[in-house]
Amino acid sequence: WPYCRKRCSYCNFNKYVVPVVDEEAVATCLVREARTLLCLSQVQSVTSVFFGGGTPSLASPHTVAAVLEAVAGAAHLPTGAEVTLEANPSSTSTSPLAGFKAAGINRLSIGVQVRGAPPHPNLHSPPMPSAATPLTPPQSLDDAELQLLGREHTAAEARGAAALGFCDNHLSLYQLTLEQGTALAAQVWGGALPAPPQDLLADMYQTARAMLVAAGFRHYEVSNFARKGSLSTHNLSYWRGEQYIGVGPGAHGRFVPWGEGSHSREARVQTLEPDAWMREVQSRGHGTRRRVVLSLLEQLEELLALGLRTDEGVTPERWGHLSPHLSLEAVFGVPGEAKDLQEQGWLVLDSRGLRCSWEGLALLDSLLPGLLCQLQQH
Amino acid sequence: MALAGRTAMWWARLRSPCPAVVPLCYPPWLPVGPVAWERLYSSRGQEKLDMSMYPVESIRNFSIIAHVDHGKSTLADRLLEITGTIAKTDHNKQVLDKLQVERERGITVKAQSASLFYNHDGVNYLLNLIDTPGHVDFSYEVSRSLSACQGVILVVDANEGIQAQTVANFYLAFEAQLAIIPVINKIDLKNADPERVEKQIEKLFDIPIDECVRISAKQGTNVEKVLQKVIEKIPPPQCNTTDPLKALVFDSTFDHYRGVIANVALFGGEIQQGHKIVSAHTKKRYEVNEVGILTPNEQPTHKLYAGQVGYVIAGMKEVTEAQIGDTLFLYKQPVEPLPGFKSAKPMVFAGMYPIDQTEYNNLKSALERLTLNDSSVTVHRDSSLALGAGWRLGFLGLLHMEVFNQRLEQEYNMSVILTAPTVPYKAILSSAKLIKEYGKAEITIINPAQFPDKLSVSEYLEPTVLGTIVTPHEYIGKIIALCQDCRAVQKDMLYIDEHRIMLKYLFPLNEIVVDFYDTLKSLSSGYASFDYEDAGYQAADLIKMDILLNGNPVEELAMIIHHDKAHATGKFLCERLKDAIPRQLFEIAIQAAIGKKIIARETLKAYRKNVVAKCYGGDITRRMKLLKRQAEGKKLMRKIGNVEVPRDAFIRVLKRQTDK
Repeated sequence: WPYCRKRCSYCNFNKYVVPVVDEEAVATCLVREARTLLCLSQVQSVTSVFFGGGTPSLASPHTVAAVLEAVAGAAHLPTGAEVTLEANPSSTSTSPLAGFKAAGINRLSIGVQVRGAPPHPNLHSPPMPSAATPLTPPQSLDDAELQLLGREHTAAEARGAAALGFCDNHLSLYQLTLEQGTALAAQVWGGALPAPPQDLLADMYQTARAMLVAAGFRHYEVSNFARKGSLSTHNLSYWRGEQYIGVGPGAHGRFVPWGEGSHSREARVQTLEPDAWMREVQSRGHGTRRRVVLSLLEQLEELLALGLRTDEGVTPERWGHLSPHLSLEAVFGVPGEAKDLQEQGWLVLDSRGLRCSWEGLALLDSLLPGLLCQLQQH
Repeated sequence: MALAGRTAMWWARLRSPCPAVVPLCYPPWLPVGPVAWERLYSSRGQEKLDMSMYPVESIRNFSIIAHVDHGKSTLADRLLEITGTIAKTDHNKQVLDKLQVERERGITVKAQSASLFYNHDGVNYLLNLIDTPGHVDFSYEVSRSLSACQGVILVVDANEGIQAQTVANFYLAFEAQLAIIPVINKIDLKNADPERVEKQIEKLFDIPIDECVRISAKQGTNVEKVLQKVIEKIPPPQCNTTDPLKALVFDSTFDHYRGVIANVALFGGEIQQGHKIVSAHTKKRYEVNEVGILTPNEQPTHKLYAGQVGYVIAGMKEVTEAQIGDTLFLYKQPVEPLPGFKSAKPMVFAGMYPIDQTEYNNLKSALERLTLNDSSVTVHRDSSLALGAGWRLGFLGLLHMEVFNQRLEQEYNMSVILTAPTVPYKAILSSAKLIKEYGKAEITIINPAQFPDKLSVSEYLEPTVLGTIVTPHEYIGKIIALCQDCRAVQKDMLYIDEHRIMLKYLFPLNEIVVDFYDTLKSLSSGYASFDYEDAGYQAADLIKMDILLNGNPVEELAMIIHHDKAHATGKFLCERLKDAIPRQLFEIAIQAAIGKKIIARETLKAYRKNVVAKCYGGDITRRMKLLKRQAEGKKLMRKIGNVEVPRDAFIRVLKRQTDK
């Protein structure tokens, strides 16, 4: 759902703020594109559906229901499949949530911006979604996003602790990333707002990790924590290098278009601008703007860069599925950068695969260039 | 890089269309009429010219000399246009500056020649213009070009007046006993003050005021008058076509298809295709394939005659065959060789190594080709434990080094590791063992790695230069302080008019090598100018300083410095390196050391967190692109121990100023 009520200073998503949305037309197109692409991929079974945006909670439950029906019509959608709706707390009042639940949503991803005192007084900061709390039987609210940005170490900790109180089993914790083209980035890079010191950010991250693990959470990805097995199936599929189909303006996908007789995994992006996207869907059934065949090397590079973000890392099974002849051990177990990183304690390579150590995870972006170089040499 | 700042300070080369001037005589290869205005100065597919119509009496060989940015290249463009050598368009900017780096930086690095045809009082004249480089680093090229001339046009900016390089170039021409035509350029500028400049010229060079020509090369004003002065005041070359061939090689270029193209000035005889010629230097014999003139591209002719300037292609394939300053003569008709020149004297040495040793042979052949076009670079093979096999190159100055490096990148697509520049120090050895090893007591040190220990040396010597600075008087205080900071000794101070002072200082060369020029320019708002000449050696208290990263020496930054400067320089380099090296997975100690003694230290803390927070379906493509770019960048990093350093970091930290 590409539409938002307003522009947030930190957000660089493909989003549009328009006075009126022809929801019926958009819904028809989403349904049509979902059918076309599912058919093209010849996928048998869909494990998860994620409604993202923009602000998808601004759409009506009917639209969500229509898309889910289309998915279930084109492929098998098991009853227990994870179906998530991304929501903005201020647009998440009680009654539509019931409607979404009825439409098939069984997981809610709520974005909340947390900030310490001053430096960013204008940051979009809605109240904690207490209105949603009554609606929280275990399945309906288990994923809250927090963007922590603050000066006061203790403030961040306190807010984290407060979050533990209302989100029960899943938490995504992000430090603010300044994105090119956003108002906030311009203010910080231009010197109008201070950038938080590197060491403070590192301290905040480590404290939050330790606190959440002590509270029984599994730190299963760089920014994601879950307990009682409430991991996000949908997001895990990105990090595990599985196939996914992107439907809607600007959506990204990675799949093999078997329906065309192709055997190669492609990176696909749908047309960004909603009106243009709709015209394309109406005329040819989908709005795929760009498709790039991914070479084996590129697929392995993605698997490595994404897999290492998770606590399970890159497993020998997933690696072997792409690269049956050149094992993980053969690439990263030999003398070289990867071996050095293992000896220094940043990486672990064993029978369970290649993954970051607790310390290494916080430094993943410093580890990856060397690993990619080593992979390219093979 | 500070050099960019220097270039930016130079006069922006903006030229507007100049008033139409009809050439008085069309060059012989242009059909007269409108079609003549096609740009026709490529050498292929044209009729060969008959040069016998230009006897010695109607030939003038001259150079234009000037301080940088006083309008030398613009005047050359106008002269080429007026004589119809090139068609007159708005696009003729630095026509003689053929190299990409020359056009980008707005400087002339390599001398170029052009033959102009001009009718004056009913006589057809052949005017050979030999352009000269415009930077202090290249004064060697200037004196080389002057050896083929009988006169010079000395261009002075009507606003800036006489500058340090004007003085240096004047004396080069004066000592070569050439006719000098003073030209005051840029009289169209608002602040032009030609009277003042004329007085300066009279006071400093003893040239009567009424001999100066006031022009605007940009607008074309009075440029014709310059040509007439060239004909009137510059004598024709003194030589004879009936003498045996005697040709001076004053420059050479390398063509991938045709081999060496030697630029020659004929001091006697004639030369044509089929002639068997001999090099006085190598005694090797060649057969001439092609002769011609430069207009400014090669234009084949039937012959070249005594007094003329042109080119010869004679199957020279090897880098070493076209020795500049060599004399060519006819086989079996040997002549007394011309005096030639002193070889260029390198002032700055630096090690050059391939980033990847597998590139060694490619770099070697690129160096060979480039040094053929730039014979002032000296090349010695060198090797180091850390950097592998490479070379130690000698340059005329730091700008020369940067230009050379830029040409390697632009013309040969080679990226290299360059070490800190060093000047040629000397040591008088006291150890009998070392004297025996070197075969002499006085040795020259061009590589800090070879710096002999104090215990086996009775005295160290450092090279000095006599620097000339011309500045408006309001900056005098700051400039004197700068010179003292550089251990310089004042030798002379003279008011050249009410506002301007000329200073002479004896400088240790190493103090001015890296950034003296930039500092001088910035503290005088660009108004002070500088030039220098060699002034021999003086005794100095020298030591070798190493820079260590986590205990491992950085070979690029090893340097020989004066004892008094060690602490300050060491501290400065450590601080600068701290900013230039990206944070890594571990802490990095940056130290300056003399022998085993640490004299300065900075600590670069380890990264504690470096991981992007969000990476979901829509982020992956962008993320991978960035990672792959980082992986590529990593391959280009220089590794010292396990510290990764961007390749240009070391040269960057040597510059005193960080501003662009």
